[in-house]
Amino acid sequence: MAIEPNQGQAQDAGLESSPVLNMASSRLQFRRKLRHFTDRAAKLAIAVGGIGVIVAILLIFLYLFYEVIPLFKAASVEKLNQYQLQGADQSPTLHLAIEEQSEIGMRLDQSGTFLFFTIADGATVSEIDVALPAATTITAFTIDTEESGIVALGLSNGEVVIADYGYSISYAQTDNSRTITPVVSYPFGTEPYQLFAGQAVTALALRTRGESMLLAGSNSAGQGSLVRMSKQTSLFAAFNAAGDVNSFETTVANIPLSVSGTTQMFIEGDQRWLYFVAANGLIRILDMQAALNNQAFQFEIEMFLTEDGVRPTRISFLLGGISLLVADDNGVVAQWFLIRDGQQTRLQRVREFSLAEDPIAALAPEQRRKNFVTANAAGEVAIYNSTAHRQVLSERLLESRPLAMAISPRGDALLIESADGIGAWHVANEHPEVSWQALWDKVWYESYEEPEYIWQSSAATTEFEPKYSFVPLAFGTLKAAFYAMLVAAPLAICGAIFTGYFMAPAMRRKVKPLIELMGALPTVVLGFLAGLWLAPFVEKNLLGIFNILIILPIAILLASFLWMQLPHNWRHRIPEGWEAGILIPVILLFGYLSFALATPLEHIFFNGDLRFYISNDLGITYDQRNAMVVGFAMGFAVIPNIFSIAEDAIFTVPRHLTYGSLALGATPWQSLYRVVLPTASPGIFSALMIGMGRAVGETMIVLMATGNTPIMDINIFEGMRTLAANIAVEIPESEVSSTHYRILFLAALVLFMFTFAVNTIAEIVRQRLRGKYSTI
Amino acid sequence: MKLRFDKWLATGTPWIWLNAGAVAISIIMVIGLLLLLTVRGMHHFWPKDVMQAYYSPPVNSAERLTTQVIGEFVESESVISQQIASSGIPVDEAQEFYERQLMKLGNRDLTGADFSWVLTDFIAEIEYPEHLVVLERREWGNFYGFLQAVRENDDTVISVDYRDQSDTEAQNQAWQEFTARLERAQVLHAEIYRIENQEIGEINYGVERLRLQLRRLQLDGRDTDAATAEINAQQAALEAEYAALQENLLNLYDQINRDTAIFMAANEREGEIEFADIVRAYRPNGMNLWAKAAGYLAKLGEFLTDEPREANTEGGIFPAIFGTVMMVLLMSVFVTPFGVVAAVYLREYARQGFLTRVIRIAVNNLAGVPSVVYGVFGLGFFIYIIGGEIDQLFYPEALPAPTFGTPGLLWASITLALLTVPVVIVATEEGLARIPRSVREGSLALGATQFETLWRVVLPMASPAMMTGLILAVARAAGEVAPLMLVGVVKLAPALPLDGNYPYLHLEQKFMHLGFHIYDVGFQSPNIEAARPLVFATALLLVIIIALLNFSAVALRNHLREKYKSLDV
Repeated sequence: MAIEPNQGQAQDAGLESSPVLNMASSRLQFRRKLRHFTDRAAKLAIAVGGIGVIVAILLIFLYLFYEVIPLFKAASVEKLNQYQLQGADQSPTLHLAIEEQSEIGMRLDQSGTFLFFTIADGATVSEIDVALPAATTITAFTIDTEESGIVALGLSNGEVVIADYGYSISYAQTDNSRTITPVVSYPFGTEPYQLFAGQAVTALALRTRGESMLLAGSNSAGQGSLVRMSKQTSLFAAFNAAGDVNSFETTVANIPLSVSGTTQMFIEGDQRWLYFVAANGLIRILDMQAALNNQAFQFEIEMFLTEDGVRPTRISFLLGGISLLVADDNGVVAQWFLIRDGQQTRLQRVREFSLAEDPIAALAPEQRRKNFVTANAAGEVAIYNSTAHRQVLSERLLESRPLAMAISPRGDALLIESADGIGAWHVANEHPEVSWQALWDKVWYESYEEPEYIWQSSAATTEFEPKYSFVPLAFGTLKAAFYAMLVAAPLAICGAIFTGYFMAPAMRRKVKPLIELMGALPTVVLGFLAGLWLAPFVEKNLLGIFNILIILPIAILLASFLWMQLPHNWRHRIPEGWEAGILIPVILLFGYLSFALATPLEHIFFNGDLRFYISNDLGITYDQRNAMVVGFAMGFAVIPNIFSIAEDAIFTVPRHLTYGSLALGATPWQSLYRVVLPTASPGIFSALMIGMGRAVGETMIVLMATGNTPIMDINIFEGMRTLAANIAVEIPESEVSSTHYRILFLAALVLFMFTFAVNTIAEIVRQRLRGKYSTI
Repeated sequence: MKLRFDKWLATGTPWIWLNAGAVAISIIMVIGLLLLLTVRGMHHFWPKDVMQAYYSPPVNSAERLTTQVIGEFVESESVISQQIASSGIPVDEAQEFYERQLMKLGNRDLTGADFSWVLTDFIAEIEYPEHLVVLERREWGNFYGFLQAVRENDDTVISVDYRDQSDTEAQNQAWQEFTARLERAQVLHAEIYRIENQEIGEINYGVERLRLQLRRLQLDGRDTDAATAEINAQQAALEAEYAALQENLLNLYDQINRDTAIFMAANEREGEIEFADIVRAYRPNGMNLWAKAAGYLAKLGEFLTDEPREANTEGGIFPAIFGTVMMVLLMSVFVTPFGVVAAVYLREYARQGFLTRVIRIAVNNLAGVPSVVYGVFGLGFFIYIIGGEIDQLFYPEALPAPTFGTPGLLWASITLALLTVPVVIVATEEGLARIPRSVREGSLALGATQFETLWRVVLPMASPAMMTGLILAVARAAGEVAPLMLVGVVKLAPALPLDGNYPYLHLEQKFMHLGFHIYDVGFQSPNIEAARPLVFATALLLVIIIALLNFSAVALRNHLREKYKSLDV
């Protein structure tokens, strides 16, 4: 819009000096330029500012996405190096491990030598031999957990040596550089423990807990033995300078059952069950507690882990020692765990992971997460998360069959030994725990009887299996919104109909600001009243509340009928459109009566107290802060939103439509019902949508008026946890950029998208309606 | 002229009345809620009479245990006898209901619990002794008892027999001695408070700044001996100042601890109370209406201007009011220019078309996005990303302790500004749309540029609309809690975000907020019974602030409409 330089002002400026206009004077020219420049600059600044603000608002959406996307990224590996270890060709590997910082690797070989080497280039850091009795060889090996680093070596003479490898870290004074020194110790004494007299140990299992240990073994003759040792630290330890202050209390149980054919043994994490697995997949499970107390010697379970003709190749516990991972020569890894089913215990095949047909040659569970790595004979390596049933990586990393494999405690480094030597990889696998299935489907969590929807994001132990199902939260959100809408929708829409169509203008002018004020009340106040005042009130006056639902409508109809019976001159004192005002005392009176009547009614029908009756006689759980309280409180918060939009839609219906209808002889109600409502219905619909959007995203009311337990129950007397409340409760405690943190961002994104979609639909509907009105 | 039932149905009147009922119920709910808040929030400050009685509930079918109760009546309710019996009091189950009342017995240090339910039927000999004293204390809550003696350095100054209530003169004399000494103690306490919180606080702040300065110099490699020596000298000076204050403080403590008073609580339990511990002492049963009204105002004043005590369950809420105001002011500083610029761009400069329509819908809908989502955004984006960067760049000396990389006032204000910017945009746009084209065209026709038209004509006319938008934004921000829980409020902030220490306004500090105060005290407090009345009062205050803001916005809007009505024609 170009505007010519303006003569009026130029005249003003010119008049003072001379009567002749000099439009080209340098002062005026400069001024014109300045004005033009200011105009341009302002235009630019406003455009930049305006677009900037709008972009900043949209940034919210993008940022939420940016935080969420890493959850769904697959893992990746990057090869660091490949090398031959010193002495690797002399004795085969028993075990391979990586230290916390992923700087040092450990290889334990068949001759009982711990070789520590740098991950980066395979250079030897140190080499420590386990003292083995003369003329013995290692015939069995087991490790407690990777975290503890305690290994048991079964010998050909029936003895067992228990050693512990670990690392001590020291920091240099000068530059704070870190030195990691490998250490091997003997926490249960250096003397070998005699498990069998003479026969070689063929399988071993070990579990330690603090100062005590459970060791189980079997020999080639099919005998099994079980030992429990606890360290007894002398009370006078401090005074005894002689050194060895520890003595061991030992309980031995020889198992009088044949466990022939056993190739591997496992002790489950709770130290109750002992598993014997044979080469053909036969598993036998014994209750150790009973065995150690000499109660019973019988296998609780005897079954095959694999189908006929399929042999297990590698078996290992998942983190926590509950799930057993059984890899077989068909390329399948099956996850099994024990389930207590009433009195019965059964071993359940829960899920399976398969990559290719090739037999699986190596299996390594992670130490902090429920992940595991498999490598098959063809050299394909895959990383899985068990809970999410998700394969985060599958890549052919090797040329030949893997011999041993290790994954670092932080899950960021991988070592695989094959005929070509040891390969080291860096693994980037930040968020394996999330999959569509884990979020929205039933998941069979460890030790649960059946697949379930559960949200339980954190617990005290690191072995905990995080349960990230959005279903209970989404259910809670919809449940809260449903009860809120149940309260709000009828009140708000009926109220809007009356206010927008029937109410006298004088009253309407007073009612509208009041309802707007209702919408402006802080939700924290509503939540506080709901939790601390309404919840106990409802609990005490439950029947009164139900009475109101029945009595009030009847009372209103009665009042209407009686009002019509009044003589004309009485009725005309109050003009039409003030019915709501007349009803206020009626509602107050009957509301009071509803509560007053409750006591005698409860006395007659419910043994004096309905609340007691519901939980004691009907057996329905009753929480004080429940869905009903939330429904009332959130309904209260949502009423004004629905009311004002619906009222707007009804009020703005062109008057000539109703005049026409009334002129044709319709009653006011008929014109409303047949003319106004159909016209305004899109507006009412959009009002409901916006109310729904508000109820879904409301945080404080739900946070304060429910118990916030993520349960799935439609029961009106129980609470719930909503997505919004869950975010508010958990995000301050979650670690930045952890899976939990990102999942909460995902919850926020879900909320954002849901409400945005709902509101957009509502807004479009409203705009259409406005267009329609303008054309009628 | 009787109307027949079927005809009545046919007119549709009953349905109209049902709709009217919905409006009536909504009105009752709003007014009822406001009344509830007012009654519960206001009556707490009224000095209530304190009752002395004997309570003798049955222990088993034959015996009764009698105890003396002294305290304030809180509320009563009727309970079915089954429930009482199941809680261990063998009442007569033939009588179906029992009335029980909640009493505030105070004396938490003596008895452990300061609230107790008692059955009305078993209360006897109710009296309201005139000389019964209520002490509000800095610790352990209220104390109820009779004044027995006032002591100075373990010597009794004056004593009185509490059983002899009729000897008014002796009682009053003792009471006067007590109040005189209480006044002295309160002056001393104010002095101690000033030294501890202001002067020592300033010194601590200075020491911390010196430490950071030194660290900064070390990080930059500029820690020459001279610079280090200078900082050490300053530190030594501050420490000397601190030592002097400390000595002064010890002296004051000696003075304030000089006096104690002996009180006799219920069941002949004697309590020795230090004057330093008493906030306020009064004898409610002997007070007339005016004295009570004065007491009411004093307590109300304390509530509005004092700091909270006893895990926020007593005292005032001044830091929360202050924090809310600071946050809202800062937010206004951010939200007004950006909201107005965006609205002006959308309405005056952007080409009206599909895109502007989409943007308008999007902006409108952002007002409906759950506030907790904004909180999540603020926490992740502002605090961890931007705040973290700022710390790396400008505050490396404080690391690993975060300065801006942690929730604080600045981030809370910006987050709420983002939350409320749609409100300002929508209101301003509405105001701009209401200004008739003719006004703009007139200005342009006189030769003004577009910007001049905007600046001299359009914006002044739209300014009430902007004000309306800003007020609505402030009202919304003042009531929001969910996002604030993530980006900066705390239950108890050690200092106000504005004080006398350079740089005076501490944008990185955490702050207290009225709404969060309600949530925290109402739901996380260890002594909910004691806190409840204060929460009601806080809620009432918040509602009043927000209602006033909203009404002023509505009034402005109406004024605006009236003003432009004439222009429309």
